[in-house]
Amino acid sequence: MADLSVNIGNLNLKNPVMTASGTFGYGIEFEDFVDLEQIGGIIVKGTTLNHREGNPYPRMAETPSGMLNAVGLQNKGVDYFVEKIYPKIKDINTNMIVNVSGSDIESYVKTAERINELENIPAIELNISCPNVKQGGMAFGVTPDGAAEVVSAVRKAYDKTLIVKLSPNVTNIAEIARAVEAAGADSVSLINTLLGMAIDAEKRKPILSTITGGMSGAAVKPIALRMVWQVAQAVKIPVIGLGGIMNWRDAVEFLLAGATAIQIGTANFIDPAITVKVAQGIDDYLNRHNFASVKDIIGGLEV
Amino acid sequence: MKKYILDLTVTENTKLHDSYVLLKLTHSEALPEMLPGQFAEIRVDNSPTTFLRRPISINYVDTEKNEVWFLVRLAGDGTRKLATVNVGDTVNVVLPLGNGFTMPTNSTQRPLLIGGGVGTAPLLYFGKKLQEIGIRPTFLLGARSAKDLLQLDEFKQLGDVYCTTEDGSMGEKGFVTQHTVLSEKQFDSIHTCGPKPMMVSVARYAKQSGIECEVSLENTMACGVGACLCCVENTDEGHVCVCKEGPVFNIKKLLWQI
Repeated sequence: MADLSVNIGNLNLKNPVMTASGTFGYGIEFEDFVDLEQIGGIIVKGTTLNHREGNPYPRMAETPSGMLNAVGLQNKGVDYFVEKIYPKIKDINTNMIVNVSGSDIESYVKTAERINELENIPAIELNISCPNVKQGGMAFGVTPDGAAEVVSAVRKAYDKTLIVKLSPNVTNIAEIARAVEAAGADSVSLINTLLGMAIDAEKRKPILSTITGGMSGAAVKPIALRMVWQVAQAVKIPVIGLGGIMNWRDAVEFLLAGATAIQIGTANFIDPAITVKVAQGIDDYLNRHNFASVKDIIGGLEV
Repeated sequence: MKKYILDLTVTENTKLHDSYVLLKLTHSEALPEMLPGQFAEIRVDNSPTTFLRRPISINYVDTEKNEVWFLVRLAGDGTRKLATVNVGDTVNVVLPLGNGFTMPTNSTQRPLLIGGGVGTAPLLYFGKKLQEIGIRPTFLLGARSAKDLLQLDEFKQLGDVYCTTEDGSMGEKGFVTQHTVLSEKQFDSIHTCGPKPMMVSVARYAKQSGIECEVSLENTMACGVGACLCCVENTDEGHVCVCKEGPVFNIKKLLWQI
C-alpha cells in the first residue's frame, strides 16, 4: 500500500479524498454505506449564523451528465449545529470540517468564531461562492478585493486551518486565489458550482424555483480541472480540487493537475460508497505506477 | 433501519401496459426488511441523460421467493431505460429508504387505501402487511380508464377493491373522492398515494370527515438519504426532505391549502 496521507494547513489527511459540502449531509447519513473513518476529510453541509429555510421547491434539475441545484444554504444555523449536530459527529475519527457561509462580513466572522470553539472541528471551509442565494457570499467571491476582505476578517477570528472555496463564475480565478492566499487562507478549494439554467420546453417554464442554479457533475470536470491547474500554478498554499469527480481516475487527474486533495460531490448521489472506492483506486494507481506516496504525483502533470 | 447498496438480479420484467412495467428482482442473500411505503433509489445505466438514480416505491416483497417488486411508470428517459432490463441482468439499488405508512395498532382498525395511477404501487405491499396482522383493508383505486388499473387480481386477494375511472370503463365514473364507498362504509384512517391533485382532494375529504390521513409524496430528488436537500416539502417544521422525513406524511404536518 502506498502512503496516501497529505497535509492541508495543520490538517493531516489519511488520504486525499474528501466530501464536498452539501452532498454528504453531516456524514452520518452515509454511515450505513461507508466507513466514514476511511475518508480523508468530511466537509459538512453549509452552516450560517442564523437558520435559513433555503429556496422553494423545486430545487433540482438533472442535465446531461450533471445536475443543477438551488438549495440556497438551507440549515438550522450555527447554534443548532453546535448544540445538536456536533455531539453526533465529534467522535468520528477523521477530519470533520464545517463549511461556513454568510451574508456579510460580520456573519461570516461570528459563525467562524463559534466553530473555532469546537475542539474536534480542525478546519472550516469558507464558502465565498454560493451561487444560489442573493447574499450567499458569491458577491465576495467574484472580485479579488471582496474575497480578500472577508478572508482577512475571518482569519483574525479563526486560528485553525482555513480553507476558502472559490467560485468558478469569474473571469480570472487565479487572481482571486492569489488574493485569498495573501489574506491568510491556508488552502483553497475549487470549484463551487457553475451558474446554469434548465427550462421545461413543454411548460415554457424554468425547472428551478430560482430560475438559475449551480451546476455540478461529470459535465463540469474539464472546466474544474483547468481551473485547478491554473490556480495550483498561481499559489503556494495547497489546492483542493473538486468538480465532476466520478471515479478514481478523475481524482488522479486532479492530483496531477496540482491538487493536494480532492472532494467528491455529486457522485455520492450515484454511488453512496464512492469515497472509499476512489481512495482505494488512487492506492491501486500508485502501486501500479510504482509511486511510494501520493505526494509524488501531486502536480506531476508532464507538459 | 439500516440501508443497503445491493446488486439485484432481474427475475421478471413484465409489460403491464403501454406505459408500465413490473420488475421483479432477487438477491443472492435474504433481502433486508422493508416497510410498506418505503422506496428504493434505482441506478439506471450510467448514460448522460440518466445520470441520477430513480426513486421508485416498493410495490411488493415476496419473502418466499426473496423478490422485491417495482412497478415502474415510463415517465422519462430513466424509467424507459430501466424498463428495458432483461431477466438475469443486474440492477443496483439502494434500499430501504424513507418512512413507510403508519401500521394500525390493532386488528379492528378499518384503513382505506386510496391509489391513483402508479401511486397504487406501494399500496399492494401495504395490503400484504395489513393482512399479516389480520386486517382486510379497503382499496379505492382510480385511473383514467380500465386499462390503467393495474394488479387488480393481487389487490383483490388482500382486500375489498373499489375502482373509479374517468371514462367510466370500470367501476364508478369520476374521481376517487366521488366514490359511493366513502359514504357507505366507515373508515378509521386513509392512506393515499397518487397524483398530487388527487391526494389534495383526498386530504380535503379526510380533514372534513375527521379521519386520520397520510399521503405519500414523490418530489424530485437526488441523494435519497437526506443529504442534498433537493426534495423538500414545506411543513409545520419548515422545509424537510421527502426522502428522509417522508415520503409518507400525515396531512396535519403539511401546509397544503385544504
